[in-house]
Amino acid sequence: MAKVVVAPVAEMPPGSRRRIQTETRAIAVFNVGGEFFAINDRCPHGGGSLSCGVLTGLVESDGPGRYRYSRKGEILRCPWHAWEFDLRTGRSVCDPARMKVRQWPARVEPGAALAAETFPVSVEDDYVVVEA
Amino acid sequence: MNELTTTRAEAVKATRTPLVDCDIHPRLPHPTALKPYLSARWWQHHVTYGRRVRHGYVKGHPYPKAHPVDGMRRDAFPPGGGMPGGDLDFMRAQYLDPCGVTHGVMNVLSPTGAGESNADYAAALATAVNDWQVEEWVRREPRLHASVCVPYEDPEASAREIRRRAGDPAFCQVLLLSRTAEALGRRRYWPIYEAAQEAGLPIGIHVFGYAGYAATSTGWPSFYIEEMAEHGTSCSALLTSFVFEGVFERFPKLKVVLIEAGFAWLPSLAWRLDKVWARMRDEVPHVTRPPSEVLRSHVWVTTQPMEEPDPPKLQHLLDTMRWIGRDRIMFASDYPHWDFDDPDRALPHAMDPADKAAIRHGNAAAVYAFARGG
Repeated sequence: MAKVVVAPVAEMPPGSRRRIQTETRAIAVFNVGGEFFAINDRCPHGGGSLSCGVLTGLVESDGPGRYRYSRKGEILRCPWHAWEFDLRTGRSVCDPARMKVRQWPARVEPGAALAAETFPVSVEDDYVVVEA
Repeated sequence: MNELTTTRAEAVKATRTPLVDCDIHPRLPHPTALKPYLSARWWQHHVTYGRRVRHGYVKGHPYPKAHPVDGMRRDAFPPGGGMPGGDLDFMRAQYLDPCGVTHGVMNVLSPTGAGESNADYAAALATAVNDWQVEEWVRREPRLHASVCVPYEDPEASAREIRRRAGDPAFCQVLLLSRTAEALGRRRYWPIYEAAQEAGLPIGIHVFGYAGYAATSTGWPSFYIEEMAEHGTSCSALLTSFVFEGVFERFPKLKVVLIEAGFAWLPSLAWRLDKVWARMRDEVPHVTRPPSEVLRSHVWVTTQPMEEPDPPKLQHLLDTMRWIGRDRIMFASDYPHWDFDDPDRALPHAMDPADKAAIRHGNAAAVYAFARGG
């Protein structure tokens, strides 16, 4: 896997997202409350671009008339057929055993650590980085 | 916009066969787009009183449609503004070009006069939206073909609109919706079928509409998800009406295309109709052939939204398609709606390539007389 610099951290505040294109694939990168997640941009169900999806929460119920809402902002809904994916596991909510979107490691690295690589970075800044 | 990796995109394109999409939805880009096509009298009415459709929720849908603006793909809003489906250049860039569409059938859903209670306004809207389709879409894009929108609850006015468009190569079918004031086979609607047969135009029936009744025959459902699952039952009822009213005996050249209704319910309907016909044929003596044969000779279905059994059960879907007849199934995408099917992925991988080609192109080419474009 190669390291890809997505953006300076300052340009990806919580709630923001980016779509990046590597040589071989498109990847959707999300900042959820300060944590970064990266997944393939292509929905494994019907092919929708997941970077255009909605970040929502998990609605669950243990019986009619009862519900609980959790995981706010951690569930991604495809912009086409609304399949839901858990950003922490990549797995579909409805069919976790069979439907999964590929994840890629995403983290923040200081520019100083990246300066040795071939990216144009400033050593004073931090960057969102994806290994893909 | 969705992008395949370069190599995969090239591989897919290299093996593509021609593609007819039987369900593309252009939409007015902004509320005043019809103004140039309505008379001053009807434009004033349009902005002063507006639509009064046969519907329990006159000003909107009974349920939010899960996606913005009546159920749009979230990535289909044109960057230049306006509504999804409202910008031809963006439709080309996002869908027609990258997906290799050879011919596209346009089905405008609103406002068209469909289900409108004011008969004169309904007729004016239908004529206006048909003129708009020709001027703004068909003239600019030879791959696109218009459907004749008609105020179908006024069959005489509908027949006049069909005859006005007869012979115009811009139009390839007549468009009805599935939920109507009466069952669509009833004689009240026959002037529409007479004019369509005379013009050589198939009748396309797109799901939804304005019956004025609950979406299910057992009352108003609580959830949108129930309405999405209902279309097979209303389309079963309307096909049953077509068969037993004798529409196809009276109009033997009539073709009916069901759009967005799914199709796995169709074989069991045909078996059920054959069974009751064998026992009660004398109630409807004008039906001289088994209903399954009537359906097989006059009805086509479109793919989107296909039933999607779990991968181990995919053979069931292929069996169902064989029972319907693979020559009766045509591809549809529903662009730009949220349940859009990507033509490169929608058909099962395991399907025979010749069947795939028939569904993508050959069957539609036999149903529609495309006089223009690719």
